[in-house]
Amino acid sequence: SPSRELTQNPLQKTWEPYDNGLPAGHSAQRGVCMTNCPTLIVMVGLPARGKTYISKKLTRYLNWIGVPTKEFNVGQYRRDLVKKYKSFEFFLPDNEEGLKIRKQCALAALNDVRQYLSEENGHVAVFDATNTTRERRETIYKFGEENGYKTFFVESVCVDPEVIAANIVQVKLGSPDYVDCSNDEATEDFMKRIECYKNSYETLDETLDKDLSYIKIMDVGRSYLVNRVMDHIQSRIVYYLMNIHVTPRSIYLCRHGESELNLKGRIGGDPGLSVRGKEFAKSLAQFINEQNIKDLKVWTSQMKRTIQTAEALGVPYEQWKVLNEIDAGVCEEMTYEEIQENYPLEFALRDQDKYRYRYPKGESYEDLVQRLEPVIMELERQENVLVICHQAVMRCLLAYFLDKPAEQLPYLKCPLHTVLKLTPVAYG
Amino acid sequence: FFLLPPPFCERPKVDAERQKTLALKMPMELTQSRIQKIWLPNDNRPALPRRSCGPQLANSPTVIVMVGLPARGKTYISKKLTRYLNWIGVPTKVFNVGEYRREAVKHYSSYDFFRPDNEEAMKVRRQCALAALRDVKQYLTEEAGQIAVFDATNTTRERRGMILNFAKENGFKVFFIESVCNDPTVVATNVMEVKLSSPDYRDCNSTDAMEDFMKRINCYQASYQPLDPDDYDRELSLIKVIDVGRRFLVNRVQDHIQSRIVYYLMNIHVQPRTIYLCRHGESEFNLKGKIGGDSGLSNRGKKFALALNKFVEEQNLKDLKVWTSQLKRTIQTAEALQLPYEQWKALNEIDAGVCEEMTYEEIREQHPEEFVLRDQDKYYYRYPSGESYQDLVQRLEPVIMELERQENVLVICHQAVMRCLLAYFLDKSADEMPYLKCPLHTVLKLTPVAYGCRVESISLNIEAVNTHRERPEEAKKGPNPLMRRNSVTPLASPEPTKKPRINSFEEHVAVSSALPGCVPQEVPTQLPGQ
Repeated sequence: SPSRELTQNPLQKTWEPYDNGLPAGHSAQRGVCMTNCPTLIVMVGLPARGKTYISKKLTRYLNWIGVPTKEFNVGQYRRDLVKKYKSFEFFLPDNEEGLKIRKQCALAALNDVRQYLSEENGHVAVFDATNTTRERRETIYKFGEENGYKTFFVESVCVDPEVIAANIVQVKLGSPDYVDCSNDEATEDFMKRIECYKNSYETLDETLDKDLSYIKIMDVGRSYLVNRVMDHIQSRIVYYLMNIHVTPRSIYLCRHGESELNLKGRIGGDPGLSVRGKEFAKSLAQFINEQNIKDLKVWTSQMKRTIQTAEALGVPYEQWKVLNEIDAGVCEEMTYEEIQENYPLEFALRDQDKYRYRYPKGESYEDLVQRLEPVIMELERQENVLVICHQAVMRCLLAYFLDKPAEQLPYLKCPLHTVLKLTPVAYG
Repeated sequence: FFLLPPPFCERPKVDAERQKTLALKMPMELTQSRIQKIWLPNDNRPALPRRSCGPQLANSPTVIVMVGLPARGKTYISKKLTRYLNWIGVPTKVFNVGEYRREAVKHYSSYDFFRPDNEEAMKVRRQCALAALRDVKQYLTEEAGQIAVFDATNTTRERRGMILNFAKENGFKVFFIESVCNDPTVVATNVMEVKLSSPDYRDCNSTDAMEDFMKRINCYQASYQPLDPDDYDRELSLIKVIDVGRRFLVNRVQDHIQSRIVYYLMNIHVQPRTIYLCRHGESEFNLKGKIGGDSGLSNRGKKFALALNKFVEEQNLKDLKVWTSQLKRTIQTAEALQLPYEQWKALNEIDAGVCEEMTYEEIREQHPEEFVLRDQDKYYYRYPSGESYQDLVQRLEPVIMELERQENVLVICHQAVMRCLLAYFLDKSADEMPYLKCPLHTVLKLTPVAYGCRVESISLNIEAVNTHRERPEEAKKGPNPLMRRNSVTPLASPEPTKKPRINSFEEHVAVSSALPGCVPQEVPTQLPGQ
């Protein structure tokens, strides 16, 4: 039988089969089918163990790599239902009224999870609550099974009082629950809140929970226990969780200094710095000196303009090919006017969907994200880093850190001769 | 004159002050290296390690210490991990203490050798461990090795303490990999797969060998002190692999390479399965002798696609995954299979940059210097505005990782890409990789067996042009051998320090690993009537 006809999608330049002029059900475009069935990630742990921090960070990462993910924080549902938080007594294990409300909130959140995963094309839902009893986790697991979701538990275990105290200061004191309290009052109340959970806390157990898929994170990542990773996405999640840390640090992002082609309004190529670009490089050196950064790593692309910029710093730097600017294919070294003249259709298509648009024989922002993923992973592992890169590349990295969606990513402002200094704070 | 890639772990003595002074004087003058197309500062001051692929994967050398009772997969893991690390460009070597023992004690008589009360044997075994550690030290400090895998049982705290001291004295990092398995079926299978054919049991029948080996395992059990990350070993960097990967315990991952090792170990499995590698059917450009581009299949190429469909059917596989690149010719080939397939951009053919869509004659005419350079160092050579084989390895790493996770997979790709993937499975060095034979219309069927990979080459008997270029005679002499000695060309897993004996079990297995350039065995076509 004759093969179906292949036609190249004008936007993404991918080859797709057509049957009698109609698109035929075909291959997945992304490299690997990340998720066959939806995944339900269930956080587990006492309060102030970093569950929400992990939920938000993981959700941000998964969305950035293209896996539609959403977090569902049960505490938020509780705040919406119980307008005013009074005290830790709400969480006492014998507070029947409180228990009823909390269970209601959990169910409401699960309902929204179901809607997201089964009706709104979500791939991953992160269910952020303490989930500290086996009974509660069984309820959730059954819910997952009934709906055809794979369930993966992420437990955070920490007994270091300093860590817990620091968490409380970072994110609890500023919570809406404590808007009318002094810091001391809030801390005292929160510690009692944690106590409410301790007696009934059933940690994930080697024997009792041996058939569940989970990762147990101990002492903020000193050690991990990983059980029954089922598929690719769970493997990626584990890898990510094992690479992130909470040590304070700063990430500096900037572009190369102005290049000769920038001056001519041409895109791409491998030009050197203009006179002003060299000035910028020197200023950057001065700026870095003044920042007085401990053990700064400097990364560049393998294009001349970023390396020249780094050279001015007089410190060791590492060249990454994957930090190279987006490949504009046949449009390399053209001005936008020339592109509009010579490739009017391409010019129009790019504005239609700038994230997915792939230059003929070139790349798209979507391709960039895929090639930058190892950079993000290594940035997570590192501490103080300066990344000297390019406009499109910098937009992708920035979108990851600032949780910008694909639609906004190609329009983020990353002007020349401007350094963006990123410092992790609270949940962002 | 061309620049060789510097050693991975080379730490040039960079004087920070001098570098700052130079930075001010030199107005950012750079020159692009001719082979790798890397921009380097002009003044020949020792620049930083010019690895093109990113972070310093490791600063101090690392000793990976295997831990576990016999038949728990330590050697399997050692070899596989070493193969992976070498492929991604981290010079790694295995030091198997059992081999040192076989050198020292020419003939193995029985499990009595391993009895804990056998003082003479204990002395010999300890000496072997020390000899192996001496070689580890030499490899890491004098031979530009980055990682040494110390493959022995290392089941007592005393032995591990000795290794930790050794590492500390020499400034090596230590990472423990323990394999814990109490499932008797798994242990028995391991014994059958790799122990019965060991040189130790050359003169035994299977039953006797099995019985002796089980007694051998017993000798270790009483003194076995598993790693205890909750208490005694809480400061150590380690991964405990439990029940062949059902469960992992990870403690204190120190750096990037340990993180990658953990990720790799968590993705590999031992389920039997088959990987099929082939190229797209012959393309229109192939017919014209043009490289690269995005042309469709020629008539013969379409015939191949149909033949491939038939071949796949006859293989009668459960759940075959099919992967293609995003170039038309591989997709057209996959279309003939009438199976779902996934397109990976990472599987696209090597980007020939300015040479795309040219014939080799045209390249020789229009870019004569490039033409010569490529033959000089085909692995590191990067096309202007294009890629090198080294770049390919970096972009294919996620493909390899996913192949490890999967079971039966057919990868329809391209010549250079297929060479990279094949080099991973057959443990070929960077030097050999660009010359592996991957002809059109031929499927390579890879099956894991024992410690390696069996490869069968199946030609589907459809005529096609030959796109293979041999290593040119002049280039065979290679660059100045003196320079070569100091450089670190990522190696295939080097030969064990102690030469395996003539009847080594390793020869029964994985014929592929013993072959010089890859000469896939010609197997008669399996398609009748073609």
